[in-house]
Amino acid sequence: MNFKKYLKVYKKFLHTSLASELEYKTNILVDLITAILSLIGSIFLLSIFFQNNGYIGGWKFEQALIIQGIYTILNGITNTWFNPNLTEIVKHIREGTLDFVLLKPIDSQFFISLKKINPSGFLEIILGFFLLLFCIRINQINFNLSFLTLSLITISCSICILYSLWFFISTTTIWFVKTWNAIEVLRSFLYIGRFPLNSFSFSLRIFFSIFIPIAFITTIPSEAFLGLSQLWKILLEVIVATVFLITSRKFWLFALKFYSSASS
Amino acid sequence: MLEYRVEIALWAISGIIPFFMLNIWTNNNLNESINISDVMLSRYFLCAFFVRQFSVVWVVFSFEEDSLMGKVSPYLIQPLNPFFRYFAQHLAEQITRFPFALIIAFFFFIFNQESIWIPNLGILLLSIVSTFLSFLIQFLIQSIVACLCFWTEKASSLERLLFIPTLFLSGLLAPVVSFPAYVKSWVYLTPFPYLIDFPANLLSGNETNISGGLSMQILWIFLLFPLFKKIWSEGTKKYTAMGS
Repeated sequence: MNFKKYLKVYKKFLHTSLASELEYKTNILVDLITAILSLIGSIFLLSIFFQNNGYIGGWKFEQALIIQGIYTILNGITNTWFNPNLTEIVKHIREGTLDFVLLKPIDSQFFISLKKINPSGFLEIILGFFLLLFCIRINQINFNLSFLTLSLITISCSICILYSLWFFISTTTIWFVKTWNAIEVLRSFLYIGRFPLNSFSFSLRIFFSIFIPIAFITTIPSEAFLGLSQLWKILLEVIVATVFLITSRKFWLFALKFYSSASS
Repeated sequence: MLEYRVEIALWAISGIIPFFMLNIWTNNNLNESINISDVMLSRYFLCAFFVRQFSVVWVVFSFEEDSLMGKVSPYLIQPLNPFFRYFAQHLAEQITRFPFALIIAFFFFIFNQESIWIPNLGILLLSIVSTFLSFLIQFLIQSIVACLCFWTEKASSLERLLFIPTLFLSGLLAPVVSFPAYVKSWVYLTPFPYLIDFPANLLSGNETNISGGLSMQILWIFLLFPLFKKIWSEGTKKYTAMGS
């Protein structure tokens, strides 16, 4: 695969989608306020939980804020890349324009996953980073190389898992045509990622680690961030992320065999 | 509507966040501090789920799509306000969703047998009325936002903004009684607690001020309806079909 070509194409994608998004400038302002309010709202909810309790699922309030920070960054990434692109798949398939994508001399998954960008998600990513910096201060975390690498590895694995989940559900559009609501189900499950996994009952914990690996998405990176995580958990997350990525790729190629264009 | 059974089932599932919240509350014994027993809290969240199922509104998204596609022009010629069309769609979908919601409630009771209860008929009727009023309030708010499409084209981002206070203040994630005092002092003046918290408390038999809640709901409807009328007539004057 020639990497340079893809990089060049991606630059063009960035340019065109930014240009079209900047047409709606007031929208970006509204989205900024939304991002700030939603962060305030979830910290408010967390503070209700901690009103009379020092610990929830073994996490202190200051530590639970890290989960919020990581969730906010991941949510920003979802809003910037995954949501605008992968909801587009639904449209492509319903209107039959996926034909044009498949005909292009470029990998279809690459095209479909990265074509669009929504700049308002950046604000959430930045907000999340600030919250994490604040958490480093209040939790007195030592800023060293192993901390940095472990956090980076776990967070990038989370991004891979999240991407695969989104891509997987969007791919099922090839059979079911309308999957808006399946995406809503995924969204509501992902909402759980705002809270430490240990605060749920045992059966839900199993469900969220095996069927929908939300546990891996925010809790393990936060543990790595606090320096509490065992090595096997991090290794497990790397394995899960790889499996998810490979499966979602295979599933896309498999699903394409069933694609029969619109009205045929 | 029956064509989209699977979707409606999925949508019903996507509303199960209250159950996850219930799990956090009871699993960490958080409810002891607000003097609500496990059973009452689980009834509260089940009712919150039901109220949400029958008061969820998405008219902004339908209207925005129709307006961008130019479908609003033929609707405007018809002698009926196009929002009646959306209103009927919402009602039809609520009816279709009813069996799915019942199935979810059935599973809920299998896992929480001690929280089974039968509300008396008067309370049931009152809570149906207040759920419908909550639906009307949300429908009016969203219709007002939808009318802003005449000015900005993309009104759905404004709706996403409004959704944030709805989510956190309506009682979907935590009952309003559990809010800290500095929030409780003003939150009852906003429409949000009357969207989910009030009908859910009513239905589940938790303590609530019935006449006060109902009159606040009606008051908000009387405030919002003229506003909608006004913005609709201003908007239609401003309206130019796409491409002209």
